[in-house]
This record gives sequence, structure tokens and C-alpha cells, in this order.
Amino acid sequence: MLDYIFAHPNEILELTRQHLQITAVAVILSILIGVPLGILVARTRSLQPAILGTASLLYTIPSLALFAFLIPFLGLGDKSTILALILYSQLTIIRNTVVGIQGVSPGIIESATGMGMTRAQILTKVQLPLAVPLIMAGVRTVTVMDIGIATIAAFIGAGGLGVLIYNGIARLYPEMIVAGALPVAVLALLADFILHRVEDFLRPRGLKAVR
Amino acid sequence: MELLSFFYQQPELVIKLLGEHLLLTFVAVGISAAIALPFAILITRVPWLTFLVMGAANLSQTIPSLAILGLCIPLLGIGFKPAIVALVLRAMLPIVINTYVGISEIDPAVIEAGRGMGMRSWQILTAVELPLALPVIMAGLRNATVICISVATLAALIGAGGLGELIFRGVAMVDQPMLMAGAIPTALLAILADVLIGRLELTLTPQGMRQ
Amino acid sequence: MIEFQNVTKSYGGGVVVLDGLNFKVNEGELVVLIGPSGCGKTTALKLINRLAEPTGGRVLVDGQDVAKQDPVELRRRIGYVIQQIGLFPHMTVGENVALVPRLKNWSEKKRRERARDLLDLVGLPAATYEKRYPRELSGGQQQRVGVARALAADPSIVLMDEPFGAVDPITRRQLQFEMRKIQSAVRKTIVFVTHDIAEAFLLGDRIGLMRSGRLLQLATPEEVLRQPADDFVKEFVGGDNPWRKLDFLRVRDVAQPLNGDTTNALQAAPRIADSTLLKDALTRMSGEHAELFAVVDEAGNPTGSLSLMSVMELIGELASEDSSSTPAH
Repeated sequence: MLDYIFAHPNEILELTRQHLQITAVAVILSILIGVPLGILVARTRSLQPAILGTASLLYTIPSLALFAFLIPFLGLGDKSTILALILYSQLTIIRNTVVGIQGVSPGIIESATGMGMTRAQILTKVQLPLAVPLIMAGVRTVTVMDIGIATIAAFIGAGGLGVLIYNGIARLYPEMIVAGALPVAVLALLADFILHRVEDFLRPRGLKAVR
Repeated sequence: MELLSFFYQQPELVIKLLGEHLLLTFVAVGISAAIALPFAILITRVPWLTFLVMGAANLSQTIPSLAILGLCIPLLGIGFKPAIVALVLRAMLPIVINTYVGISEIDPAVIEAGRGMGMRSWQILTAVELPLALPVIMAGLRNATVICISVATLAALIGAGGLGELIFRGVAMVDQPMLMAGAIPTALLAILADVLIGRLELTLTPQGMRQ
Repeated sequence: MIEFQNVTKSYGGGVVVLDGLNFKVNEGELVVLIGPSGCGKTTALKLINRLAEPTGGRVLVDGQDVAKQDPVELRRRIGYVIQQIGLFPHMTVGENVALVPRLKNWSEKKRRERARDLLDLVGLPAATYEKRYPRELSGGQQQRVGVARALAADPSIVLMDEPFGAVDPITRRQLQFEMRKIQSAVRKTIVFVTHDIAEAFLLGDRIGLMRSGRLLQLATPEEVLRQPADDFVKEFVGGDNPWRKLDFLRVRDVAQPLNGDTTNALQAAPRIADSTLLKDALTRMSGEHAELFAVVDEAGNPTGSLSLMSVMELIGELASEDSSSTPAH
């Protein structure tokens, strides 16, 4: 079952690198777009239905169809793939940011206001630090999801480990499918594990579980 | 408008593939529910199984759908059957998880009251646990349906038909109207399923629990 | 009637929860089990409807060993009220109350009538509340429904596990008053678990004090105050203080002023002089089974009223005040 992997280590390393690159760029851009949108939604409730509604609509569209919609505009390749992954990730990141910020107890906000903090200070000094663990949980979910969906992107020429799966299916060559699927699964588990650690590390000290 | 030309050139093909897509989805969701519901009820009764199942479920999430489809080929050949198996494997998870969570999150006091009043365990299951968990179970079915519609697009790769065929062929032949003829109905189908089952979810929420 | 015969309960690892319980609860009697948390009072309660099983000994209900009965049938004959209430959120108030009758296959008409009567009894007029859902009610109202539900199939026994523990103090007092009224109307055999000493004095025909799985004393509230079985009991009910204070306090100190209005009940009530010692008033109350006295001054003019409730309330407050200020053991 693992023959193909041992026979072609360099090819697999290169495809893994491509896969990671696509995912990393997509996740970082998703955070840069999603977190500010989440903050906006948390503070301007009238925007909530429009933004969350759009994000959940995008999330509902099957991935293959979403890739297809972007091809006429961005062509085949990385760009369409990355944009599709970003669009996919928005719901999770925005929602976790909103819940994290709005989950800070009103008592804490009131006492911060009473101490003379401005709205901006309350956001940056109180709400965001307290929301970090939830936002990071969103980032973790999105990363694991993106690693999986990026396999599909191989068919629009974006490279990555999906190439082996597609070719394996086309040639009815199971070892080749495994050679693509196994590293993807390992990447996803590894990302989950590492981001869990990061989540713990970024948790404000007062909120860490007492050991 | 140019992009939509495929629809009026070959409407019967689009409709045929839509039919295949729906059949794949309905059969897969039906089988998944038939297996997942009793199974989920079982794990609410057997704590050590829960741990095992949840771990396995999370692990299975890291295997790309594309790979599951591909790996069904050596076992079951190509066509409808292996596609159904792959879809069922994907769709069971949300149903199992939601049913489990829906039942286990019921206030334990309600269950104890039922026991204390002399309800038998099947009466508690059918008259208390299932009705109370129904909205959450329905949300799981909704999730499973949307996932099936999405993964069914990939089933075209292993000869199971469905709207994915137009997307894959459209990419291969650089035929954007064909691409759209696959992508647009797929997206609408997913959104429609989401909305309709969402409605059903509301109607099935016991009156005393509606917000 | 309920009888515990040398009942023990322990878990693996040698944790002893109940250690040789022997007592009887008579027909129509309300016995309060009280003690610090972990004393085994709730476990003892659950042995009666077999939500827990004893390790040794026997629990008899109406002379029959519960271990030999089908737990489901047994539970349908015993009302059960818990602190968390546990109303079924997807059923209306009426459906909740009618549940056990439904399990017992009563006719639709009969169980509906029963539910309506009971809602009226617990102070929730059926016309208004029958069709509502639990979440539309306050905590206190929900627990009234809980009590009505427990009484639905007219069980001769009702078990209550800290039923009023989760509601605010004012509502709790109200519910306790209602509970007394309901009990004098229905006369069930009730085992009532609480950690609130004031509640125990208000409601109990007898109070059972428990500690570390043992029953230290089971006696009337007055006896528990007058002759506590040991130092622990004495401290639990407030040391010497409540009883000694009753020695000094007189009826006029706790009587309710008349406020101009005189109810019929008060006119029919026995009279008591406002200079009587509270202790003697209490003795008279239990001797005459009187719940209400009309208080009169030396000239015989009515000045106010004194209820058993207010005396018990006072004792309870004195006791809980004091036991909270004594260091824990």
C-alpha cells in the first residue's frame, strides 16, 4: 500500500510543500479578512445578518462548484484556489470572533467603562485578549478543513497532494491514491495538534486551567 | 448570459445529471440515517463506546473525501455503489454527533424526573429524549445532506454521474458554459436543501422550546 | 407507611454512605431528613423509590420489601419532587401533570380533570396555566407544577428532595406555606429532604437529623429543641440559643398586629394572652393542634394574631443564625 510513497519521496515532498503553501497563504489571508469582519459584526449588530448570512451561504456551496465559479474570473491555478479557501473559511472565523467578543461578560465591560476606558481600549485591552482562544479555535478548524479541501483544487491546476489522488483515480492505481491521502491526513492531524498548543499558549494566563 | 448558454442548448442533460445527483444524495442520506441514528442512541448508553467512536470520527475527518472515493474503487469497482459507500461514510458523522449531543445535552434532571415517575427506559427515549433532541438531530441531517450534495459532485470522477460531470468536463475542455451548467445547479441545490431542511427543523422543534 | 430496617449502603472502595438506618414513617406523616451535605439523606430518599439500591437491610413500603417489586410499578405509586424540578420542556403544564396518569392508562377525560384540580390546588389556576409551557413560568411556579405532577396519580407516598432549594428566599417561604396547606388537605406520607433548618421546623411533623450515614435523632421539632440527642444535634439546631430565647420572648414580641382587619379565622381561633412565654405558647399549640391564636391584652381586647408558622419560622431563623456562627466540626 505504501510502495508509491517509498518509490517517489521527492515528488511527495514537493507536493506536500505546495499543499502547505496554498493552505498557509489561504489561512493567513482568511484571518486578516475574517477577524476584522468579526470585530465589525460584533460591534455593529445591524450588519450581523448580512455578513453572517453571506458567509454561511458561501459555506453551503459545494467546494467543487465554488472553484468552478471563480475560474471565469481568476483562471485556473493558485489564485482561484486560495480565494475559494478564503471564502470558505469566513463563516468559521467571523463566527468565532463574534462569539468570543460578545461572550465577554457585561460586568467586565461595565467595570472597564467605569474605569474610564474608551471603546477602542476596551476592544484591544479586554475583549480581544479574552476572545483569542475562541478565535484560535476557529483558525484551527479552518486549517484542518482547508488542508482537506485543497486536495480538490488539484483539478484546477493548483498542485498539491490532490494531484496524486486524481491521477491515482484516473489510472485506477490505489497506491498512488494512498500516497496522496496519507500525507494529507498526517498534515491535518499535525496542524490540529500544533494549533491546539498555540491556542493554549496564547490563552491569557489568568484563563489557563490550573494544573 | 453567454455563460448560461449550456442550459438552453442541452437542458435534458442537465436535468438527467441533476436527477442522478439527487438520487445519490437521497440514497446516501437515507442509509446514513438508518445506520447512524440507532448507533448514536447506543453510544449515549455506553460511555466507553462514546470515547472510541468520537475519536475515530475525528480521525476520519482528516481523510479527504476525494481519497475515500478513490479508495472505494479497488474494493467495489466504479459507479453508483462505491460512490454511495463513500457518501455514507461522510454523512454518518454529523448525524451520529448531533444525535449524540442532542440526547446527552438534555438536562439530567428531566431524565431523573422521568425515571422517578416510573417511566420505562424506552418510554424515556421515545417520549422525552428523542422529541427534545429532534431539532439537533434534524440539524445533523441538514448538515449531512449539504455534505452529500457537495461530495456527490466528486462522484463523477468514479463514474457515478451527477452534476460534477459537467464541472470536470468543463474544466478539461475549457468550456465555461458547461462548467456553469454544473456549478450553478449544484450550488442552488445545496442552498435549497439547507433552507428547506432548516424550515423543517423549526416546525419539528417542540412548541415549548421555541424561542 | 415506610420502614427502614438496618439499611446500609456503601460503594466500592469502602465508602459508607448509610450506616444501619432504622426508622419508620407513619401514614400521613411528614418527616424531614436534614443534615450536612454528604450525610446520606438524599441516598436514603432514593432507596425508597429504588433510584438507588441498598447494600444491606430492607426498605419496606406499606409492609412490602421494595427490592421484591418492579421498580417502575413502585415509582408510579410514589410521587417524586426534585430540586431541579425536571419538568418536560416539550410538554405543556397540563401534560406534565397528567403524565403519570397517562402512564397508568387513565382515560383522557379523567386525567385532564385530575390535572386541572391539582393545578388549582397548588395555586396555579388551570384556566390560565394548563396550556402554558414550563419555560413561560417562574422558578417558583415551575416547582408548584412539580408538586402537582408528583400528586397526580394520587400516590399515598411523596418523596421530596430539597424541592425549594433553588428558588429565592421569599418564594421559598411562600412555597413552604403552600406546602403546609396542601399537606393538611391531602395528608400524604411524605419524606422531605432539606439542609435548611428553618424549613425543617416549618414543615416537619418529625425531624430526622443525619450525619455520616447515621440517623442521630428522629423526633418532633419541639423535642429536638428541648432534648437534642447529642451535641451535634444541639449545635445543628442552634445550640442553647433558640430554646433559651423562647424562654425570654413573649407572645407580644412576635405577634402580628391586627391592622384593623379581623378575619373570620381569627375570630374563631383560641385566645392567648400577649404576656405568655413563647415556649408555653408553643406547648399549647402542639397540645391543642392549633395553628392560629388570637392574641389579647390583659383587658381581653384582641391586639393581634400568632400563627404556629411564625413561631416555627422564628425558631428556624434563630437556629440557622446560630449554627452558622458556630465553628464547623
